[in-house]
Amino acid sequence: MNDQTLTPEERAANLKGMGCARKRVEDVRFTQGKGNYVDDIKLDGMLFGDFVRSPYAHARVVSVNKEAALAVPGVVAVLTAEDLAPLGLHWMPTLAGDKQMVLADGKVLFQGQEVAYVVAEDRYIAADAVELVEVEYEELPVITDPFEALKSDVVLREDLEGQTEGAHGPRKHHNHIFTWEQGDKDATEAVLAEADVVAEEMVYYHRTHPCPLETCGCVASMDKVTGKLTLYGTFQAPHAIRTVVSLISGLAEHNIRVISPDIGGGFGNKVGAYAGYVCSVVASIVTGKPVKWVEDRMENLMSTAFARDYWMQGKIAATKDGKITGLWCHTTADHGGFDACADPTKFPAGFMNICTGSYDIPTAYLAVDGVYTNKAPGGVAYRCSFRVTEAAYFIERMIEVLAIKLNMDAAELRRINFIKADQFPYQSALGWEYDSGDYHTAWDKALKAVDYDGLRAEQAQRVEDFKAGKTRKLLGIGLTHFTEIVGAGPVKNCDILGLGMFDSCEIRIHPTGSAIARLGTISQGQGHATTFAQIIASEIGLPADDITLEEGDTDTAPYGLGTYGSRSTPVAGAATAMAARKIRAKAQMIAAYLLEVHDDDVEWDVDRFAVKGAPERFKTMKEIAFAAYNQAIPGLEPGLEAVSYYDPPNMTYPFGAYICVMEIDVDTGEWEVRKFYALDDCGTRINPMIIDGQVHGGVTEALAIAMGQEIAYDEMGNVKTGTLMDFFLPTAWETPNYITDYTVTPSPHHPIGAKGVGESPNVGGVPCFSNAVHDAFRPFGLVQSHMPHDHWRIWKIANGLGMHG
Amino acid sequence: MSKMHVKLTVNGKEVEGLAEPRTLLIHFLREDLKITGPHIGCETSHCGACTVDIDGKSVKSCTTFVAQVNGADITTVEGLTNDDGSLGVLQEMFREHHGLQCGFCTPGMITRAHRLLQENPNPTEEEIRFGMAGNLCRCTGYQNIVKAISASADMLNAQKEAAE
Repeated sequence: MNDQTLTPEERAANLKGMGCARKRVEDVRFTQGKGNYVDDIKLDGMLFGDFVRSPYAHARVVSVNKEAALAVPGVVAVLTAEDLAPLGLHWMPTLAGDKQMVLADGKVLFQGQEVAYVVAEDRYIAADAVELVEVEYEELPVITDPFEALKSDVVLREDLEGQTEGAHGPRKHHNHIFTWEQGDKDATEAVLAEADVVAEEMVYYHRTHPCPLETCGCVASMDKVTGKLTLYGTFQAPHAIRTVVSLISGLAEHNIRVISPDIGGGFGNKVGAYAGYVCSVVASIVTGKPVKWVEDRMENLMSTAFARDYWMQGKIAATKDGKITGLWCHTTADHGGFDACADPTKFPAGFMNICTGSYDIPTAYLAVDGVYTNKAPGGVAYRCSFRVTEAAYFIERMIEVLAIKLNMDAAELRRINFIKADQFPYQSALGWEYDSGDYHTAWDKALKAVDYDGLRAEQAQRVEDFKAGKTRKLLGIGLTHFTEIVGAGPVKNCDILGLGMFDSCEIRIHPTGSAIARLGTISQGQGHATTFAQIIASEIGLPADDITLEEGDTDTAPYGLGTYGSRSTPVAGAATAMAARKIRAKAQMIAAYLLEVHDDDVEWDVDRFAVKGAPERFKTMKEIAFAAYNQAIPGLEPGLEAVSYYDPPNMTYPFGAYICVMEIDVDTGEWEVRKFYALDDCGTRINPMIIDGQVHGGVTEALAIAMGQEIAYDEMGNVKTGTLMDFFLPTAWETPNYITDYTVTPSPHHPIGAKGVGESPNVGGVPCFSNAVHDAFRPFGLVQSHMPHDHWRIWKIANGLGMHG
Repeated sequence: MSKMHVKLTVNGKEVEGLAEPRTLLIHFLREDLKITGPHIGCETSHCGACTVDIDGKSVKSCTTFVAQVNGADITTVEGLTNDDGSLGVLQEMFREHHGLQCGFCTPGMITRAHRLLQENPNPTEEEIRFGMAGNLCRCTGYQNIVKAISASADMLNAQKEAAE
């Protein structure tokens, strides 16, 4: 095809660049069962590891007898804390500045905690041997309530006894971890004292779990000849894992290769370092054989990182006509037995201080107290940026509670308090600089799309019908306008274990005009191989189909902090654009040389450089690539490649307007989502098909969390929701169809204006579903009720309001 | 533990091997036969990532002993690719309609959808949602999976009509 016959638009379309609903390149493998997940990895002589876990939530470990287990043919080793202690590996550092037992060192602090690690020739023998390890426990008093923990004489962390200073400042009690304060306490209390109206409420965001369909696992393979350790695993941050393994094992970092193969969903669960990784590495070093460890579903739900568990006491002040004047929040955060939250170091409660949300609130104060209990450690960002779901749920509930107090429509209350488009960049009272937004436009579009006034009229009629005995079903209209904070983050204030949260991309253009790009991130279903190639295609004019994308191998990819907190597009996506621009800058010099004009006399045109004013004289990127390898160009090195390490100047602030229409049966507590409208503004849109997919999935996870999913404990610290029988994952049957929509407000500081989208639907979805339940009962007097809103709890709301006669 | 002789037809090929009586079908497929399309997500029959087709029925292979299905005709997602190596209709429609993200549930989803469309070649949306309720997905929210299966039904019916 002669390039000259195509219009610039046609040439751009051929690239399948940004804005194109390009089909995913990953799917050809996945649809045929040819993915390569960690449990698919098989190495010669590979052994299997399995854990003996504590049945008790709090107990002393009196003795561990391995004899019977070691006598089983095929059992190679049984490791306990005693075996790891000489290596200094019986404890490991957490991401939150705490430390955590790898194997029980004298006591256990939660049910399911790792006590011993059995290594055997196959997984069946390992499981047999786990049953034969005899552990003697002495039960200790169990604390599952964080408020009780702060009053109790029982010391959970005896290893910290007497330490009044923690990683994040003073500890007030032996079960206290940290206090984190933001904003102006005195000014906020003064505003509350003088306000026309103050609404106060306890908002609890219950404990849940990311529960990706693939559990966590690894294969550790120590080559004793080369001295090199290869560690395959379900790692959302493979480079950080390499550094951590090096620091805690003493192996030189260049002798460690970490590979994240295909990952079957992460949602935050696969960010942290787990005992299984450490034990497998040790076992491989000791045996000289590869060792695989893959947890089962119960182990995943009981012991790997949970999410949420925030008790948020709130006060919101306003004038009598609804202008918010102040926000106060005190959060009691249940961190479980060890503080293993996955947050940037300086943010022990993550970005909870985004809790002023989408509103122009002049004065605010936030305090968070972290507390130890006898529950599993974690506190990861389950499909959200660090603690942003908690913040969004808090403010979106407080707005509703205030609307009740003011007897105002909650949509109107939001509208009069939104940050206005001309206030961006906006400095929030709790310390963030929001980059861009146009909340009023999004809100009006959403309300119009669902015929909000019509819905309110229908609801009013429904209430009358209910009171007249004509129906037993209520109608709830759930509203949410959320603002996310993603793309962590600027190295000046964001690090994990001292590693700055930049990210990276390296691009190599081959002589024939195709390319390979490698990033510091790792896809777990987001479709990076598809979308990042689109960014490069648009930036340098080579077809996305001719660009291979690789992630997850630390021996080949540039260093980066990985994929979580919707940071891939804001940070690595920016690095991708910047690396591509370096290539384009060199290509411009090559083109000018080939066209025998000055560098400034050529201009970029979709897929080529053309002489200014003479568009028929041009060199395509493909021609330039070849020239880079076969011509000696004065003043230029041969080749065409670039790498960029991008340190973002700010976070990005995606936002959205969600509306849910829910039918609720008062007598059974059953609910049905009649309509769900999701408007997302994630800035520049790279692949609308993938964005829609992300929104569908994120809202479905929100549906699960709001309507039934929880990690529940009884008073003995037993996990009551340890299988998929009890832990709610919606099926196709309960899940509604979603209407997706968008506005586009690009980020002013991101090279392509993109903000990230993967987690917005979970951040916005949870308050939206919860608000729908609350809204249905608002005419009957409900102010606040805790999630998850399963059928039983909804029935209890109705019963408590006297609706069952 | 003593082993027993097992003979199966998997994706049209006769295979045999030795297995302990307690060996689960999913492990026999994945470890012995190196057929790693079916995945393990829960080991309690809830998630469906391990779904295979056994003698014309969808079965969760994580809670089936290989000894129970000795002599059976088994199809996994690998067997749904066309003979020329191109994607089968369901595989192609899942790709076309973005019916997958991380890909972990996909082999089970597609294998179940394959049987569903044999059971009911013209399913309504409701029938698809009901028929797929034994397979969990954490990424897609099902909307595009339903679309992909519906589109597959249309395409398979059109192909059938053209052949008649």
